[in-house]
Amino acid sequence: MAGNQPTSEVQDFEGPARRRRKAVRYAVPVAVAGVAAATIGIGSALASTGDPDLPKISAQDLIAKMAQSDTQQMSGSVKINTDLGLPSLPSGLSFGDGGNKGEGKKGGSAPSPQSKLTELAAGSHTLRLAVDGPDKQRVSIVERAAEYSVVRNGDEVWAYDSSSNTVHHSKAPEAQRSHGKGAKDDVLPKDLGGASPQELAKKVLAAADETTAVTVDGTAKVAGRDAYQLLIKPKADDTTVGSIRIAVDAKNGVPLKFTLAAKGGGKAVVDAAFTKVDFGKPGAGTFDFTPPKGAKVTEGGAAGHDQKADRDHKADHKDGREGGLPGMLGMPGTDAAGAGKSKVLGKGWSSIAEFDAGKDAGSALNGKGAGKKSAGGKGGADAQALLDGFGTKVSGDFGSGRVYSTRIVNALMTDDGKVYIGAVTKDALVKAANAK
Amino acid sequence: MSRAETLPIGMPSLSLFRSEVTTTFRRWRTLALLGVLAAVPVLVGIAVRIETSRGGGGGRGDGGGGGGPAFIGQVAGNGLFLVFASLAATLPFFLPMAIGVIAGDSVAGEASAGTLRYLLVAPAGRTRLLLAKFTTTVLFAFAATLVVAASALAVGALLFPVGEVTLISGTTVSFGEGLLRALAIAGVVALSLTGLAALGLFVSTLTNSGIAAMATTVGLLITVQILDQFPQLSAVQPYLFPHYWLGFADLLRDPVYWDQIARNLGLQALYVAVFGSAAWARFTSRDVTV
Repeated sequence: MAGNQPTSEVQDFEGPARRRRKAVRYAVPVAVAGVAAATIGIGSALASTGDPDLPKISAQDLIAKMAQSDTQQMSGSVKINTDLGLPSLPSGLSFGDGGNKGEGKKGGSAPSPQSKLTELAAGSHTLRLAVDGPDKQRVSIVERAAEYSVVRNGDEVWAYDSSSNTVHHSKAPEAQRSHGKGAKDDVLPKDLGGASPQELAKKVLAAADETTAVTVDGTAKVAGRDAYQLLIKPKADDTTVGSIRIAVDAKNGVPLKFTLAAKGGGKAVVDAAFTKVDFGKPGAGTFDFTPPKGAKVTEGGAAGHDQKADRDHKADHKDGREGGLPGMLGMPGTDAAGAGKSKVLGKGWSSIAEFDAGKDAGSALNGKGAGKKSAGGKGGADAQALLDGFGTKVSGDFGSGRVYSTRIVNALMTDDGKVYIGAVTKDALVKAANAK
Repeated sequence: MSRAETLPIGMPSLSLFRSEVTTTFRRWRTLALLGVLAAVPVLVGIAVRIETSRGGGGGRGDGGGGGGPAFIGQVAGNGLFLVFASLAATLPFFLPMAIGVIAGDSVAGEASAGTLRYLLVAPAGRTRLLLAKFTTTVLFAFAATLVVAASALAVGALLFPVGEVTLISGTTVSFGEGLLRALAIAGVVALSLTGLAALGLFVSTLTNSGIAAMATTVGLLITVQILDQFPQLSAVQPYLFPHYWLGFADLLRDPVYWDQIARNLGLQALYVAVFGSAAWARFTSRDVTV
């Protein structure tokens, strides 16, 4: 080849043969790019087909299989996509989305697990889990060049935020499991652990009753494992939940994928799936944690302050407290209320939680004269403008109020401070308020 | 002129490569680039040190996550993290800019200095010459990365305590394993620059002006970096060469999270294949008059 190289002498003679050779040469990079594009295209097409051939199974057997599943050890990666349709907040008032990591840590407070949890409420995240029995768990949120990990080893719970090099330490109360939401001051492992498909599926099954159609809908391959798909469809008309799909491992009954679709269609509201899973024993050092030198460590007692701040975030998904992942808000079966003065109207998927936020709160939020003033000066007006942007005004026999909506959960706050919240349509909320 | 005289006659490709390497690394420009790169960890280290002593002990933690390059919060506690922090600080711009200068200059610089046709008189062939140019650029990428890492390691060990390393997943490994991971990271960082090296080489074959080729390569780099920031372009971003650059941090997870690293290296290989062959097509079929 070396001998045929064009040299400066032939510059004036660009014959057809040379031109052809030139064209052939330029075809090489084009072909390489084309092959690469084709490979990427075919690769993703192949990945979406090829459902495994599995023996038929009834919905009941499949649920039993899940219930019987005694898998105690596993590790893997979970990809969570959430699109709750939460209004996007101006920067500085963020729900804690990835871009504003510094937010809320400025005061030197510990990395708050709750604010991390709300991060999962929007966008796409990768979690890595490792579980070894009931006492040892670990969940990490994979971030760009950083990681947020919660490690539970026996009664020690550590939360480590590598981006700010801060550590939060607390003790896991022994009675935590049996107490349920009683252990409010230590929700770390439970809440983050609740994001695993396993926990999500359990909650849904508890809620299934005559209001729900549960069927087995084909098979799927999740994280390289064969799985059955359980399809859960609410029968009620006025709920915003379209369907829930759970892919269950055909061998050991572990849920591998959880998809919550809104009735309105579009992208799944919550889509949590294992991308890699391993049912072997996680490495011994996985659950050990020693705070690194120079890291700022806060003890569990300080959590109260964080919690208060985060309650504001959670205001519009109060009933998410039990649900772990914010996507579970308003899921029937999760005790919507928690607080003493609230009650649940309706049943199953259409249940609506009602509680009294107090007259002042109602008028302040909804912009009635006095409330606005008491909110104080410019700050109050700004907050008012913000709230106006989120809510839509509604009125009915109950008076008037504002509806705050996401893709799944809607909330109605009346001017006299009553709050109705549920995974139901706006009309159902108004109807419930009118019935009072 | 002296450039052509140093070339042995009838050389096999290895000696062509060797002569390329010596001429590149003997240039003042190359040494200055490496010097600037070595200075970055020194600056970062001193800044963190001053900040730490003013904050009274390990108070660097608060607000550390708010800004600055990744890993900066951990530097005060463990000097080894200065390696990661410096690589994270130089990877978006300093390192690729240096690569852009070397790659852009590789062919076009010879053309503008008038030495290219002397190189082509030697019977080594254009393909081999191009290969030698590319290998030299990749070698420079490794050298530049290692210079940053070594300088950061020296400064880190000097100014901060070193010892067991807490990975970003919270697990602790020995200092030796930490060093190994640092070395692996330097390798991954160097390899993530190969896509840009091929791109620069292609640009370099398009023009006879070394300055134009360097400016175009660095300009492309900046443009692509900006495009990588727009959320509206998320569909094409996985195919932009700097998209997975910071993925080297995944080597600091436990267990190591390979997905992004594999994707990054695959993407770089794709860029090398496409732009490398484009450079070959252009260089072997073009007229060299200067």
